[in-house]
Amino acid sequence: MNVFKTLAVASAVSVCMAGSAVASTLDAVKEKGYVNIGVSGKVIGFSAPDAQGKWTGLDVDFGRAVAAVIFNDPEKARFTPVAFKEAFTALQSGEIDILSRNTTWTYQRDTKLGIDFVGTIFYDGQGFMVKKSLGVTSAKDLNGASVCTQAGTTTELNLSDYFVSKGMAYKPVVYESADEATVIYDTGRCDVYTTDTSGLAARRSTLGNPKDNIILPEIISKEPLGPAVRQGDQQWSDIARWTLFAMINAEELGITSQNVDEMMKSKNPAIQRFLGVDTNYGEFMGLTADWAYRVIKHVGNYGEVYDRNVGPATVLGLERGVNALWTNGGIMYAPPIR
Amino acid sequence: MSETWIPSPSLPSPKLDSGYAGWVKNNLFSTPGNLLLTLLSIALLVLTVPPLLRWGILDATWLGDSRGVCDEAAQGGSTGACWVFVKVRWGVFLYGFYPLVERWRVNFTFFVLAVALFPLFAPILLGTTKRKMVLYLLAAITVLFWLGPIPATFIACYLFAPFALDRLLQGKPFLELFGNQVVAVLTGIGSALLVGVISYYGIFLYLDEKAAGAIGLTALVLTLFLLFISRLTASGWHWVFLFTVYPVFAFFMLVGDIFGLPLVETHFWGGLFLTLVVAGSGMATALPIGILLALGRRSDLPVIKVLCVSFIEFVRGVPLVSVLFMASVMFPLFLPENVTFNKLLRALVGIAFFYAAYMAEVIRGGLQAIPKGQYEAAMALGWPYWKMMSLIIIPQTLRLVIPGLANNFLSLLKDTTLVAVIGLLDLLGVAKASMADKEWLGFTKEAYIFAAIVFWIFCFAISRYSVYLEKTYHPSHQ
Repeated sequence: MNVFKTLAVASAVSVCMAGSAVASTLDAVKEKGYVNIGVSGKVIGFSAPDAQGKWTGLDVDFGRAVAAVIFNDPEKARFTPVAFKEAFTALQSGEIDILSRNTTWTYQRDTKLGIDFVGTIFYDGQGFMVKKSLGVTSAKDLNGASVCTQAGTTTELNLSDYFVSKGMAYKPVVYESADEATVIYDTGRCDVYTTDTSGLAARRSTLGNPKDNIILPEIISKEPLGPAVRQGDQQWSDIARWTLFAMINAEELGITSQNVDEMMKSKNPAIQRFLGVDTNYGEFMGLTADWAYRVIKHVGNYGEVYDRNVGPATVLGLERGVNALWTNGGIMYAPPIR
Repeated sequence: MSETWIPSPSLPSPKLDSGYAGWVKNNLFSTPGNLLLTLLSIALLVLTVPPLLRWGILDATWLGDSRGVCDEAAQGGSTGACWVFVKVRWGVFLYGFYPLVERWRVNFTFFVLAVALFPLFAPILLGTTKRKMVLYLLAAITVLFWLGPIPATFIACYLFAPFALDRLLQGKPFLELFGNQVVAVLTGIGSALLVGVISYYGIFLYLDEKAAGAIGLTALVLTLFLLFISRLTASGWHWVFLFTVYPVFAFFMLVGDIFGLPLVETHFWGGLFLTLVVAGSGMATALPIGILLALGRRSDLPVIKVLCVSFIEFVRGVPLVSVLFMASVMFPLFLPENVTFNKLLRALVGIAFFYAAYMAEVIRGGLQAIPKGQYEAAMALGWPYWKMMSLIIIPQTLRLVIPGLANNFLSLLKDTTLVAVIGLLDLLGVAKASMADKEWLGFTKEAYIFAAIVFWIFCFAISRYSVYLEKTYHPSHQ
């Protein structure tokens, strides 16, 4: 970016105060040539730079999918780490175009903060990890346990809700960072470590002896994690929402990044509609006919993205569980593209 | 009976208190309290240092380039650090997301800075022109073999031009020519403008229009210096270059999009490189602004005084995090749609003004220590305000406040980590983000300790340099 040019434009605009036409987010994104995705930047499996400085993760791949839809180039997504406190402000101020920051979709965030959640990319929930030697198999046996957790998160509140509702006593051991809490749990200062299950699995792999620890079956909260956009630009929110739905639909239709080119010849009308073979559904969002094709070609369907970042083969080792398609016993369900 | 008088001292000879044994006895075991403290300290050292050495050096894994090496070592019972984690991330830690093939630009920019600063910061070591010339020549030759002829030509021009400028004009040519102060000043400004405009159009037409504005302006400023401050030494010119030519060069070099260099937006800057950019530009701008603010606060002109006082008091009343947050997130809300300033630029401006306010107060403390006689002597000689300040008062003041300024520089360097709150990944930010890489989980200690060591090296260098400055320029107060 040419700073001098920017300065000149800024002064010109502020002097004239000429009312500029409010451009749509899509036009603005096209003009600047990249889409800016706000990510957390340090959540295992969701967004983190690898050893070469390339961003990886589930949240990151969603950002790449949006870039692919618009530019036919997943590398046109830029990732800006945003802290939780500034995430919503950054989205409103236009600093970022999409917030894809493993943020829980809640009533207040959706209604009060001027942002719109466009869907759920990962159904998470808070769980417990204990040492096998404790002999505990259910969270109901945790009466009187000392519980390690991170300060200032909803995790802490859920924990208190759960134990109060079950009439059990517990001793919270609260730490500023998840790293610290994990280390303390590993040294045996507390019996239980609690956070979202996606985090639990990742944390377990960093412990001294991962196999000596088990994750209890109880899930004590609903944490639907999803991307969010600014309120007030329906087209942009549609693009984000249907990018996500396209990834889920593609898995259901059996379209993967490997076979997407062959699928173009498929006789299945649903697949033909999806890939825009002889329809142009993209134009309703200001996009091209092959918008969904681009997502699958460059990034892959939901299953591929899941397996790549958090699936059983990765260090997180998360089974699909509730995140499986509705046809496979999960709750991942996307409206049809027609 | 006669007694033979044997001479003997009236006091017994002093106990052994020289040499190592004496030092140990006097300093470590002189009283029971000291004995206890010494034993406790030794126990503490024995408890902490050997495990630390074992973990960090002896048992650590240094070789290899994959996680497997460390896992194997850990399975073999080794509990040492895994420095391979830092090794594979070396590039990211140093340059952030700066593209691999463009990283030489960062290296070159910092190389020029290092060579330019060294003689200015260590004038005793490289006092003579001859030694400087040798250093500069070596630098130019190094660049010639390292990066090729064009960068070498640039660095040679940058380093040797000050010597030429020093010889170019002696005295005040226009004053001698016209004999009239006003005409001379006007002619001077006119010719500077002419030089600026000519270089602007020269660059615009023949090289790159994007660089024309900045280079034309630099040429204009340099000409003004040349014509109006005639008694500048080669070192003085090097300082002038550092504040005029170097920033322009560094900007175009790092950002690119000019002279065939690909564009690297500040979004991709990070790691130690970003830390040094923020700290360096912060230091270089905060000190001059701080001096002006301190002078403004002691000024007799009411408007300037009120402005400076209210600025300083306002800035000192808010934390740096909130300044950065305002600059990064709130500021764009007040701007018209589609108008954006570069985020890094906003952070740099925020940090510079924040620290300028602190430095202003440190400098004001020094100004108050200058005896009134110094001012009066200068005024008695008929010196105008700026001449008095720049040649008599400020040099003495800066000498007095070296420890305070070093303090501010150090905290500025460490506060650069706060840019993490606005989404820029400096060294610490990159280290923290690396901990979440799913291929390399569980190496938090290594990441934090590496960042700590790097910060320590820079901070220790600054503090040693301030001690050196005090010893060199202020021996009477030691």
